[in-house]
Amino acid sequence: MPDIQEITVQDLKHLVSERAIQGETVLLNMGPQHPSTHGVLRLLLELDGETVVNCIPDIGFLHTGIEKNMEAKTYAKAEVMSDRLDYMNTVGNNLAYALAVEKLVDLDVPARAQSIRVILAELQRFASHLVWLGTSALDLAARSMFLYCFREREYILDVMEMCSGQRMMTTYIRPGGLWRDVPVEFEAAVRDILKKFPKRIDEYEALLTRNPLMLDRTYGIGKLTGEECLNFGVTGPMLRASGIAWDLRKDRPYCGYEQYDFKVPTRAEGDVYARYLVRLEEMRQALKIVQQALDKLPLGPVRSQNRKYVPPRRSEIGVSMEALIHHFKLWTEGFAASKGAIYSAVESPRGELGIYLESDGGPKPYRIHWRTPSFDNLQSLPAMSKGVLVADLVAIIGSVDIVLGDVDR
Amino acid sequence: MEMKIQPILEKLEKEFGAAVSEYRGDTSLVLTGEKIVAACQRLQNLGFELLSALTAVDYWPEEKPRFHVIYQMTSISLNLVLTLRVPVPGINPSLPTISHIYRNANWRERELWDMFGIKFLGHPDLRRILMPADWEGHPLRKDYPLGYEEPQFTFNYEEINLRKPYAKE
Repeated sequence: MPDIQEITVQDLKHLVSERAIQGETVLLNMGPQHPSTHGVLRLLLELDGETVVNCIPDIGFLHTGIEKNMEAKTYAKAEVMSDRLDYMNTVGNNLAYALAVEKLVDLDVPARAQSIRVILAELQRFASHLVWLGTSALDLAARSMFLYCFREREYILDVMEMCSGQRMMTTYIRPGGLWRDVPVEFEAAVRDILKKFPKRIDEYEALLTRNPLMLDRTYGIGKLTGEECLNFGVTGPMLRASGIAWDLRKDRPYCGYEQYDFKVPTRAEGDVYARYLVRLEEMRQALKIVQQALDKLPLGPVRSQNRKYVPPRRSEIGVSMEALIHHFKLWTEGFAASKGAIYSAVESPRGELGIYLESDGGPKPYRIHWRTPSFDNLQSLPAMSKGVLVADLVAIIGSVDIVLGDVDR
Repeated sequence: MEMKIQPILEKLEKEFGAAVSEYRGDTSLVLTGEKIVAACQRLQNLGFELLSALTAVDYWPEEKPRFHVIYQMTSISLNLVLTLRVPVPGINPSLPTISHIYRNANWRERELWDMFGIKFLGHPDLRRILMPADWEGHPLRKDYPLGYEEPQFTFNYEEINLRKPYAKE
């Protein structure tokens, strides 16, 4: 067994200030097992009393080698891993993956599948923001919020289960469409959500928005300007809370987002409170998009008819020899994508979720890279936490809305 | 290809001798390693504020070049995306850092060092980021085998446990 090396301050010389080496400030570990680091994030803090002098994030505790694993699987089989990246936004990850593969092989998607994708992606965005709201409010000691948010999230997970049979790891959106059509109960369940949830958001607002404790803990804390955000690669609600209205759904639309009428909420302050307000407004807008998509949900197939890439329905296999051959070929050797590389990005609840996908002409991705928003958003944490109190640092981590599966991949 | 990007491409072609190509509507430019810092500086001034992704591809057993480092740029003011590709040789792969231009390149370059073993010269803190500090090898290289864990059953539990690489007392 190798000896455990003791790390001294000298080894961290280039990361901490001069005062830490002279022993004037204290080095303290926060995490990886800490309730307010939202997973397994370790922060090495240099503290002067209760003030943070330096904050050095240490990530990789949840690294699962998903990119390497995906390179060893066919395009259809690799998708299952996309759910495991950002486990709060599983449908969104499937969507990003499906869009990337569709772009790579130039595949069409039926209109009904597009609308259902939008409905589910927006419900997932709502669910993800609910988890963020619950956990970040819990960090600020608002315990009841956590229970309310998880209560509401169950309604959305029920819809996911109804469609795919799974609450979280759905793999429902596939390249070329969906796994299957939604069940008959789907519409009623979503309409129920649309009826109930606006009132619930008002309840959260009544509890938090003008709450003096909330304002004390969040207003003016963890400020980032729009320029800093861009330089740090920060996207999503954090960027919009700093005054830059950049939303890929609006600016580089995919999946037919251009047909829906919705607003991109922004705030100028760029602090924790602004991020809270932006996310809450995004939840309302998500419901608005779901309403419009559901009202004009077209009828028709939910899977592309291009049998070279999309497996046939089960019912066809029994009667068509060709369908049987396609089924066999697609599930054993998969389809070959032509040689080339693409980058495609979607707006996840945390920001720009991009995929760099390269094919060498074979049935497996030669290289797939996930540009995950949490990775870049977390990188701005040291800049935001200079000179704040440790208690404020907890509020700032909450406002970044990291998912460690998304950071470490 | 979007029309707005044409003048930018022409400028880059002239100044840095970049080769333009297009695939499925994505525009990419191939540059040499020594020009990447100047090109990134120029692109930032031209309105590409966001470095969306920084990644690499390993073409092993090809050696010259073995790697392509990919810089995915986004311009929010012009609503454009652009990919830069930089070939890197397989022996002692290195590139100059751009972490002073785009600050998020800091972690992304650390990730490339960790996963591909590409050194970034002038990087302020080039340590491993995702893998443990004492890890050997660079996992996303194509000559690095995909590992697996041996399944343990009751009859061979002890035997496998002895050679399993985790800390025991």
